[in-house]
Amino acid sequence: MTTDLITRLEKIVGPRFVSGAAEERYLYSMDQGTMPPSEPDVVVMPANTEEVQQVVRLANELKVPIVPMGAGLVLSGLTRALRGGIILDMKRMNHIIEVNPQSRYAVIEGGAAQGMLKSYLKKHHPQLKHSMPDAPPIATLAGNICIHGSGHLSVLGGSHSDMLTGMEVVLPSGEIVRTGSCSVAGEWFGRSPLPDLSGLFLGWSGTTGIVTKLGIKLFPSYKHNDVLVFVAEDADQMPDMISKLTSTQVAEDMTPWMTPKPDWAKGFLHINIAYGAHTKKELTFKRNLLQASVKKYIDDKVAGFLPLPAPQKGRFLQIPSPDLVRFADLRKGGGFEYVGAIMAIEHFPQAYRAGLEIAEKYNVSYSLGARIIGAGHSMMFFFAYAFNRADAEDVKRASDALEATNTAALAMGGIPWKAEQPAQQQIIDQMDPETFALMGRIRSVLDPNGIMNPGNWEK
Amino acid sequence: MNSIKFDPDVCVNCETIDCLMKCQYVSFKDVAEARDEKLKINDGKDSRVLEECLTCYACQEYCPVDNNPFFLLVERQEEKGFLPAPRPIIEEQLRMMAPKGRIAKETVSGPVVDMCAFPMLTGCVRGKLFEGASTIVGTDIFCNIMWLHFAKNSTIRERVPEMIDNIMSFYLADADTNELVCFHDECYGTYTSVADAYGINVPFKPIHQFDYYNQRLDVLKDKITPINAKIVYQRPCSNRLCPQTDPVLDEIFEKIGAERVPRKYDRANALCCGGVPRAHQRDELADELVDKNINDMLSVGATYCVFNCPFCMATLGQEVAEQGLMPILVSDLVQIALGD
Amino acid sequence: MEHEDILHRCFRCGYCKLPGNYVDINCPAYLSFRFETYSPGGRMWLLRAWLDEKIPASKRFAEIMFSCATCGNCVEHCAFPEFRDRLLLAFTAGKEALLDAGQAPPAVRDYLTKVQLHGNPYGKSVKKSSQWMDGLEAEPFSDQEYLFFADDVGTYDPRGQEVARSVATLLKQAGISFGVITEALNSDGNDVKAIGETPLFEELAAKNIKILNQFNVKKIITLSPHSFNALKNDYPALGAQYQVFHYTQVLAFAMGNINFSSDNEDVTVAYHDPCYLGRHNTDYESARMMLRSVPGITLVEMDRNRKNALCCGGGGGNFFTDILSGGDGSSARVRVREAVEAGAQILAAACPMCAVMLEDAVKAENLDSKIQVQEVSEIVNQRL
Ligand SMILES: Cc1cc2nc3c(=O)[nH]c(=O)nc-3n(C[C@H](O)[C@H](O)[C@H](O)COP(=O)(O)OP(=O)(O)OC[C@H]3O[C@@H](n4cnc5c(N)ncnc54)[C@H](O)[C@@H]3O)c2cc1C
Ligand code: SF4
Ligand code: SF4
Ligand code: SF4
Ligand code: SF4
Repeated sequence: MTTDLITRLEKIVGPRFVSGAAEERYLYSMDQGTMPPSEPDVVVMPANTEEVQQVVRLANELKVPIVPMGAGLVLSGLTRALRGGIILDMKRMNHIIEVNPQSRYAVIEGGAAQGMLKSYLKKHHPQLKHSMPDAPPIATLAGNICIHGSGHLSVLGGSHSDMLTGMEVVLPSGEIVRTGSCSVAGEWFGRSPLPDLSGLFLGWSGTTGIVTKLGIKLFPSYKHNDVLVFVAEDADQMPDMISKLTSTQVAEDMTPWMTPKPDWAKGFLHINIAYGAHTKKELTFKRNLLQASVKKYIDDKVAGFLPLPAPQKGRFLQIPSPDLVRFADLRKGGGFEYVGAIMAIEHFPQAYRAGLEIAEKYNVSYSLGARIIGAGHSMMFFFAYAFNRADAEDVKRASDALEATNTAALAMGGIPWKAEQPAQQQIIDQMDPETFALMGRIRSVLDPNGIMNPGNWEK
Repeated sequence: MNSIKFDPDVCVNCETIDCLMKCQYVSFKDVAEARDEKLKINDGKDSRVLEECLTCYACQEYCPVDNNPFFLLVERQEEKGFLPAPRPIIEEQLRMMAPKGRIAKETVSGPVVDMCAFPMLTGCVRGKLFEGASTIVGTDIFCNIMWLHFAKNSTIRERVPEMIDNIMSFYLADADTNELVCFHDECYGTYTSVADAYGINVPFKPIHQFDYYNQRLDVLKDKITPINAKIVYQRPCSNRLCPQTDPVLDEIFEKIGAERVPRKYDRANALCCGGVPRAHQRDELADELVDKNINDMLSVGATYCVFNCPFCMATLGQEVAEQGLMPILVSDLVQIALGD
Repeated sequence: MEHEDILHRCFRCGYCKLPGNYVDINCPAYLSFRFETYSPGGRMWLLRAWLDEKIPASKRFAEIMFSCATCGNCVEHCAFPEFRDRLLLAFTAGKEALLDAGQAPPAVRDYLTKVQLHGNPYGKSVKKSSQWMDGLEAEPFSDQEYLFFADDVGTYDPRGQEVARSVATLLKQAGISFGVITEALNSDGNDVKAIGETPLFEELAAKNIKILNQFNVKKIITLSPHSFNALKNDYPALGAQYQVFHYTQVLAFAMGNINFSSDNEDVTVAYHDPCYLGRHNTDYESARMMLRSVPGITLVEMDRNRKNALCCGGGGGNFFTDILSGGDGSSARVRVREAVEAGAQILAAACPMCAVMLEDAVKAENLDSKIQVQEVSEIVNQRL
């Protein structure tokens, strides 16, 4: 069957872009996280929507599973072929199709990378930018939006799926559909006022269709940019501090961080607050607003802004920040994974303490932090654990810590984001049964042959 | 614990209360009010000066009889538990700058240049000016004077002797010299003024960078190509602890053909660069200081803005450059004249 | 395998796939093949897997390893400081291990055999090594200031020979005192070393050093950045003591001696940084200085320049083995498209291999009417 599959795939995308070789099967069987490997039979790299469509039709015909993959950087093993079949590496479809500077959106292909869009905008539309996650720059926008990612403009614009303005999707049954304004009008300005079908593909971990194009909101890019680092000592005060800071509606991004390294930072809670302005005067005005919002804490001497001269701020202004990637080298072992749990802001102290307890219990190197989503509407609280991939015991320790963290996050009312397959089970167990049943009905309508990334979101 | 060297009776009899009357940041109606506040400080009573003080060190210089008004003020701030900055800000910096025990015995030979805690500045020690020099650097030999800005005399008392001990036992004890060239003005202030007032023994001879350059320029006289440029100088807080070095700087400038253009905020009237008030969470005041400094510099027309203190340069450098002045450290300016 | 200890440390984050400004894929092997396996991170993980016997040493694995053009983009842009300095060393060690295991691709074997037998990859007799000088009055090296070292491509490749002649002509114009040694020198060995055949490299280098020493050479001007790299960085460990310059480095400071014609047409030039002059040896300016001094030339920059330059795909022996070739995703083809997009009428090369690679790409892309590839000295010579 595999030979037939490969030959027919080669006819669709050309022999250069199909491989069932041991090397590709090995490398695509896993990601950088702790989930065990699971091999595909073949890896395919389509060049356009039509090729994607043909691959999907073939998969239906042969009843072969198909797993869409961007950069495969999700860390939670979502691009593994749990039931074998085809991995569809989308990164050849990396064109930026259109930028509408007036209505501030970009239309891109389903494998376009974050870094490439950033670079493209900088060159062609320096007055605009998009919200970059801190994932490595080769990460795709589609992969990130499909998992409800968040990034450097998330206080301003919410999660990245909130910034989505429409999609072109190849359905599991092979039809090409459009969602949002582009399904009616020429422009890709937004998802309203239509029935919002985009939701059929957001948060489903690639089980409902393959995104081949998408529209994403762009935002003003400022000439002057700054970051403040607010330092506090009491986790119980963090939710209020976050509320106060977001209440100014000035920040683009707010990322609390709590790490035991460097030594000076241990035990303190920091919030990086990024904001920008067209003029220096406006920048100062915004800074004053932010500072005034937490004046009570400053006057009480329990928190304050780190005095960082301009040269030292450069590191905090890097987008994407390479710091999290470097965390993977902490144990000189090339590995880390995190539980990112989306939760209400008031759980901050609980999440923080749970993170410390788990890190201590499992004896793992940790880094805790969060990204505020919206004007303090929720946050993605992350518990990152580094491991040495050459040391099986170390990997196991991290994996156990992650599992315990997923459990703890759910218990406090959080929801693991881009959840690993086992964590999906935990979520389902806690989910309203009718909700889960509806998910099943939708999937069976969209994907009668059950070929799309099977093994995910199943009981 | 040694108490700060100071004589309360001298203040009681002081007619001018220069220390407070000349203060640029705390105002008084008249000498009587200043005296009132000063005596409160001396007596260990609450005074608004303890809270309003910018910790600019200037009163150390203003007092005509060297009665250590600023060191005493810091002592009182700490005794009263007053925090010039929020606790976590002070605490994190205490840890950042703590001795890390990452020091190893090293053979050094004169001139030994103390780069304080700033490894990124060791590149400044080069060329003819520093021929044959050894550098020492790191948090294990950090001068720790910064705690004057954070009401932490206790840290100075605790750490400075340890640093001195490190400098001796790891470097100078076996070196061919007993002199330590302080690249950082603050180090010199620590090992002279602070050590004297706090009763800390300094077994080596600190040499101020200006004295060192001045003497080297005599040796290298033939190698000097005059810069022939106007400069403005940003005098740092630490220089208040060694005002005798300011005329030496004039000699240096003269030797290298740099004209120190008079500006309002120079010499005794020098204005804080704005760095410390930011740590004190007084950003709006810091902005004002930056503006005043920059406008003052621009009004006199110069090519270079010369810094003595690397921290002032980090605080003001970018802004200065954006306004068309070239920010530069004294040593680098001298290097230009020497063609290095 | 040497550097085995770092293989598992790679996070496979992919910073190394891109240039520092993220414009587009910048690892030539990954750009051409597009499978994760061909990216620097993929190589690291596959090497680990091979050593752990999780994958066999297949033809494909060898192709993956030998498709690396040793361009150094990954070293420049990897997210992990220090670790990254060893990336290319690890890849070379991996190739060495594959060679030892008898798993080299046929093209690599052929290349190495020719070098082994003839001292150059063209399989030409060293007797023919003076051919490139036809029509050029180059003096044999005796007591001139510099030796001009023309390397394999300059000596035996027809297009390379043109480039070598052009450079030598310009050196003369600029009044540089140089001579040449014919009939005796071997390949510089740079790419042999990059391919992982260190013993052969050492043999070639030793032979060359012996001859250079016989001639009492002190200063060398190389035609190719590859030779420049080997002679400057690798020969000293084998006892060589020469001052080594790439020709652009000598000419950059001698342009004042050159008289240009007064009726030169205005032309827009983009300069392609060769990896072994740029990233490997951090000289991004000499060739630009030369070009800037030519009247009528407007220098434009491609999005990927200097540290971010996209390799022509010829490094690491690929110029000879052609493992990278194929498809419109080959880096030379992508590069010439980029030059056109930057508005260049001439794409300037400072390496004979780049010149050949990019010229072929212009033909393959049918861009002849839009852009011309020229080597830097040719651009200058045409305007005298
Ligand atoms: C160091 C580091 C930092 C990170 N920081 C952030 C951060 O700040 N914010 C953030 O949001 N994330 C972050 N991430 C997580 C993740 O890497 C990003 O969200 C990334 O953008 C995912 O994109 P990808 O292309 O790697 O997706 P993949 O991992 O390839 O895919 C993710 C999911 O989407 C599906 N999918 C991918 N492409 C398609 C498509 N075209 N159609 C349908 N389904 C598709 C896949 O099947 C999978 O379920 C970080 C990761 C790392 C390693
Ligand atoms: S410290 Fe000096 S200036 Fe101040 S009151 Fe005392 S003697 Fe006078
Ligand atoms: S240190 Fe400065 S601000 Fe404080 S009292 Fe003395 S002169 Fe005034
Ligand atoms: S080589 Fe460096 S940049 Fe590339 S994937 Fe590995 S760790 Fe990341
Ligand atoms: S050296 Fe160049 S071709 Fe080789 S892996 Fe690194 S980036 Fe790719």
